[in-house]
Amino acid sequence: MKTIYLDNNATTRVDPRVFEEMQPYFCDLYGNPSSMHAFGGQVGSKITEARERVAAILGADPTEIIFTSCGTESDNTAIRSALESQPDRKHIVTTKVEHPAVLNLCKHLVKKGYHLTQLGVDENGRLDLDELRSAVTDNTALVSIMWANNETGTIFPIEEIAHIVKSRGTLFHTDAVQAVGKIEIDLNKIPVDFLALSGHKLHAPKGVGALYVRKRTPFRPFIIGGHQERSRRAGTEAVPSIIALGKACDVAFENMSIEQNEVRELRDRLEQGIINSVPLTIVNGDESSRLPNTSNISFKFVEGEAILLLMNELGICASSGSACTSGSLEPSHVLRAMGVPFTFAHGSIRFSLSRFNTKEEIDFVVKEFPPIIERLRAMSPYTEE
Amino acid sequence: MWDYTDKVKDHFLNPRNAGKIENADAVGEVGSLACGDALKLFLKLDDEGKIEDATFQTFGCGSAIASSSALTEMIKGKTLDEALEITNRDIADYLGGLPKEKMHCSVMGREALEAAINSYRGIPIDTTALEGEVVCECFGVTDKQIRKAIHENDIKTVEDVTNFTKAGGGCERCIPDIEKILAEELGAKANTSGPATSNKPLTNLERIQLIQKVIDEELRPALQADGGDLDLIDVEGKKVIVSLRGACSNCPSAQITLKDGVEGRLREMVDPEIEVVEENA
Repeated sequence: MKTIYLDNNATTRVDPRVFEEMQPYFCDLYGNPSSMHAFGGQVGSKITEARERVAAILGADPTEIIFTSCGTESDNTAIRSALESQPDRKHIVTTKVEHPAVLNLCKHLVKKGYHLTQLGVDENGRLDLDELRSAVTDNTALVSIMWANNETGTIFPIEEIAHIVKSRGTLFHTDAVQAVGKIEIDLNKIPVDFLALSGHKLHAPKGVGALYVRKRTPFRPFIIGGHQERSRRAGTEAVPSIIALGKACDVAFENMSIEQNEVRELRDRLEQGIINSVPLTIVNGDESSRLPNTSNISFKFVEGEAILLLMNELGICASSGSACTSGSLEPSHVLRAMGVPFTFAHGSIRFSLSRFNTKEEIDFVVKEFPPIIERLRAMSPYTEE
Repeated sequence: MWDYTDKVKDHFLNPRNAGKIENADAVGEVGSLACGDALKLFLKLDDEGKIEDATFQTFGCGSAIASSSALTEMIKGKTLDEALEITNRDIADYLGGLPKEKMHCSVMGREALEAAINSYRGIPIDTTALEGEVVCECFGVTDKQIRKAIHENDIKTVEDVTNFTKAGGGCERCIPDIEKILAEELGAKANTSGPATSNKPLTNLERIQLIQKVIDEELRPALQADGGDLDLIDVEGKKVIVSLRGACSNCPSAQITLKDGVEGRLREMVDPEIEVVEENA
């Protein structure tokens, strides 16, 4: 059975060009970039190139890039650094729809004595910027707001948000894990202090990420040890993965128009195909400001895990915000924050595409998916009510 | 991805007896859309009062549908009294087991069966749920339901109370209440089986042996089921020094496990003044 992979916000296929670029650095060019010999040194210059490539996709300077192990580490580093560098400030502002990498850290910090304000969202997942304006005080150490939401694809107006936060003299962090490589980001124009990104969301392997830290933003390292990353992130560099991340950023930068055009077209074809043939559906998220690859659709009266299991029988991979798939008993915190009714929230499916998807795949899903919902609705006690 | 048995997959992909029975003799309905799963069970009885036909309508995940399908197969041909002897554990066993987090699906099956039979017998619907006090407001679970689940399934941790009843799975505000109920129930059980109820003071050696026994026979298997483990490092008077291993060693709830689970059990079984500390803590 052929796999149709529509779960690219969970993780992506490593691009063969990326894989090719990293391959020599396992068995042949395995030197340590910190070594004093040329065998290690040649690896160091390749890391420099990777740093330049990551900086390029962000509109940043290479000295502003720190390589990390993942998006979560980047988020943790940024938030903890902001708190440690401003010990007198005890307040954090974030949103109700952040990724657990930010949300659960913030909740943990509440237990350590910090105050937390979580901004709400409207039914389309949009923030109220006046609420942000009134939330930030002199005691606020950091505002952390994601660039784009992983579940619905809703893009927040980060430029405007960054200007609001900076006008108050507060540090600003953005979790851009879902945004980098899919939409244009230019930190020359947008005054964020910290930005987190993850390799495996943009066709690099799992286990590598990066943190952007603006020049002159106070910084305290999270992992302390050797002098790697100019002592901002100790630990021997994950050389092949860092080289892969650089190449992935390079490819993504060149292919940005594919995301904006071809991928968006496929996503719209899928979304329209499904909502035109399945009754009682809603599209979750801000359709006017959304990642080009993401579609989150709720199906009334059916439960998400059951949908995914039947999709799995056809080789179609996606995600759900239902309680049963999250390992918790409540549906997605993002959909609940948006006020999506429970009758819809338990039956939400997130399709997330990539440049590797084809029109044939989408047409197959548009044809095979509606009977899945019909079949489950026929079994549901609520359908006829 | 959940680790479902082939039987669960089969009952999900090829559900037996899905649909409704027109003019059913008994109908039982439990759960709600808000909870994320709901089951409506229909029963048709023959002249001898045996279950001639049973069907279901289910809104829920794979294991909820499989549990419903299994239940209808299990009760066909049984009298109502015979059917009532089926426990949630029996439903799970019939399916070759369910993931722990999904055990509440089998509980839902058992509750729907009870609701159907009660309504047929004229016992007010939901009497089982209404009795007792609501502990978990998110999912409307009463203390009576929690106590019943603890007894029927030999539950020893708060996490398993949530797995079986959903109580505590929402806002988590009721976790302390569940801990209290669990401690009461486990205490009651210990007193009926109680090796520690003897009044004769233990010698040091006996105490250490008993601690080791409780750890090896009760606590470690429970932790290992969650991918964790525990080693007894030393006993200094009433101070028991342990080391958490495996998944426990970096689990955010490890301190709760240590204090409420391990210490609670050792206090019950060995000595009420025992204090459990983690090595190097």
